[in-house]
Amino acid sequence: MAYNCVVLIKQVPDTKRITGEAMNADGTVNRAALPAIFNPEDLNALELAIQIKEKFGGTVTAITMGLPAAAKILRESLYRGADDAILLTDKRAAASDTLATSYILSCAIKKLKYDILLCGRQAIDGDTAQVGPQTAEKLGIPQITYVEQLIELNNQTIIVRRNTGAGWQEVKAQLPVLLTVMDDANEPRVGNAKRLMKYKDVLAPAEITPDSGIDIKELEKKGLLIKQWSLDDIGADLNWCGRDGSPTKVHRIQSVVLTAKESKTVEPNQAGITNMIHELIIDKTIS
Amino acid sequence: MIKVNRQGEVWVFAEQHDGKLEDISIEILGRAGELASKLGVKVAAAVLGENVAESAEKLIHFGADNIYLAEHPLLGYYQTCSYAKILCEMINKYQPQIVLYGASPVGRDLAPRVASAAKAGLTADCTDLQIGDHEDKKSGQIHKNLLLQIRPAFGGNIIATIINYDRWPQMATVREGVMPMPLPNVGRKGKIIRHPVHLTHSDLPLEILREHKREKKVNLKTSRIIVAGGAGLGSRENFRLVWDLANCLGAAPGATRAAVDLGFIDRDHQIGQTGTTVRPSLYVAVGISGAIQHQAGMNASQKIIAVNSDPTAPIFNIAHYKIVGDLNVVVPMMIKAIKERA
Ligand SMILES: Cc1cc2nc3c(=O)[nH]c(=O)nc-3n(C[C@H](O)[C@H](O)[C@H](O)COP(=O)(O)OP(=O)(O)OC[C@H]3O[C@@H](n4cnc5c(N)ncnc54)[C@H](O)[C@@H]3O)c2cc1C
Ligand SMILES: Nc1ncnc2c1ncn2[C@@H]1O[C@H](COP(=O)(O)O)[C@@H](O)[C@H]1O
Repeated sequence: MAYNCVVLIKQVPDTKRITGEAMNADGTVNRAALPAIFNPEDLNALELAIQIKEKFGGTVTAITMGLPAAAKILRESLYRGADDAILLTDKRAAASDTLATSYILSCAIKKLKYDILLCGRQAIDGDTAQVGPQTAEKLGIPQITYVEQLIELNNQTIIVRRNTGAGWQEVKAQLPVLLTVMDDANEPRVGNAKRLMKYKDVLAPAEITPDSGIDIKELEKKGLLIKQWSLDDIGADLNWCGRDGSPTKVHRIQSVVLTAKESKTVEPNQAGITNMIHELIIDKTIS
Repeated sequence: MIKVNRQGEVWVFAEQHDGKLEDISIEILGRAGELASKLGVKVAAAVLGENVAESAEKLIHFGADNIYLAEHPLLGYYQTCSYAKILCEMINKYQPQIVLYGASPVGRDLAPRVASAAKAGLTADCTDLQIGDHEDKKSGQIHKNLLLQIRPAFGGNIIATIINYDRWPQMATVREGVMPMPLPNVGRKGKIIRHPVHLTHSDLPLEILREHKREKKVNLKTSRIIVAGGAGLGSRENFRLVWDLANCLGAAPGATRAAVDLGFIDRDHQIGQTGTTVRPSLYVAVGISGAIQHQAGMNASQKIIAVNSDPTAPIFNIAHYKIVGDLNVVVPMMIKAIKERA
């Protein structure tokens, strides 16, 4: 029994390395000012999909909605073991919140054959963990969040272990199902050298400028063209996309400056420290 | 999808397991009551489960005016689809203007599913909620009395305030531990409104085969004093210093993610954006640099003592008592001072 897996992946700014300056005045992120990376837990989702393919057969399709530059993580997916890659890119999708994003992703997924959808648990830019469950709802399929282990896959039935925060649960579901995958689930592999050679020249149409001298038809013939879809291609209703389709709006953005109201410097010697402890006993902080 | 209505109540999804109400729901109820009184509307809780009448009563004591109660054997166990279905029915019927959830594993599993079905906005993991106005820059229109949904974003580097004004309910999940627990008043009266439950097995697509509950090794949230250690402790052996200081203060030991990742202490002790949020009377930070993600979980502490050999460590920006020095020298001095107190 082979399974078709579709993995939702996102290119995110490397929030570990940003300082407050990477924000635009309107509260959106100046993504150009930041290194863009494969969302870490999406790598775990991809890894799980590739393991399913290796064990049971089937296909792995990676799909991302984003700017043309997001094609980079689609190439990385191909290096690691994905069979197919789809770039959803459209100016009218800009400023989509999680509701609009999940609507757009669900329109695209409806055009695909799938048994298992896989997402990362959350993306490190927003840390919302909403797009997975919202996509599942739009598709009318069950979700299993915080998956940390695949236990069994058999004849359209899946058993996984999920983290409940206070322990774990083993749950069983009929396919199709959407999983959100945690970083504990596996160690994502790195790209394989053979696949890297095979796919290194892969491009999405949006990455190809007219003066680059690259022939799109030629690329496509060689199987080196990433599928690229616009909102029209997936039949999305524009009322539910982009800014108009997003109920949440940014009211204000502040950079974080935290300071204590009063502060005292304590000498790092016994007298200074004993004094401090006394103060804390007197004001009843320490009993 | 429900219409923008100004009379709608402020709701809290009351999370319970085996009939036991989660603290987070009570914390949020406290703030929900304040928001509701600013808006001049009632505050209510939605309770779903089996044999949960006791939780309903408790929620009234903690401030709920109305309880929307869905009791059914098939709701005995939390499942995304069954809970989302019933909660959506309730929202459609009673049209609350705000619905709040704990940012717990259950809240973060349920809320997006409900938001998607209700075609409503949802802001994740808020650390503060207020009522305020918003001016739409394009149209110049002013939207009054909206829910300001305040949360850290971009790995804690910024604080974003999110609103929604054209599609309701306004919904948010709220971080555990950031809002103080209200005090109960056992004399309070409230109304219980029962919601009829019709579920079939297709509303419960998951089968829970096995479950394991792990006792938390430490309860950081209820500790009055926390002694937290960071990578500066250098080794698991040396982390003893944190345990020793905590023991003689009757405190709970906490840690940074770096200390946890280095194996100095169990993950249950992690404080910060991806750990527990705490607000103790006293927080002692030992060998902790004070990264923004760590501060996010402890900056509401009433008093902060920081011990760090680097005078430029960011933790000193928020410390009330700054001790620049080697923790291997300073911590034993602190233990000595406490043991010798009169
Ligand atoms: C998405 C994300 C989420 C995160 N979530 C969390 C979270 O929830 N909680 C968290 O804590 N972190 C979190 N982090 C990690 C965070 O960014 C920091 O890396 C971490 O808090 C640093 O821990 P630390 O202060 O122990 O280590 P360091 O930054 O390495 O600091 C060690 C400190 O010890 C001092 N020191 C060394 N030796 C001595 C000595 N002998 N005496 C005195 N002082 C000494 C040093 O001067 C230094 O300031 C997160 C990061 C990301 C990207
Ligand atoms: N623009 C996107 N394109 C593809 N997948 C996405 C996108 N945004 C979010 N996802 C998926 O949804 C998960 C949760 O994202 P978030 O809700 O932003 O935390 C991610 O780990 C991805 O798997």
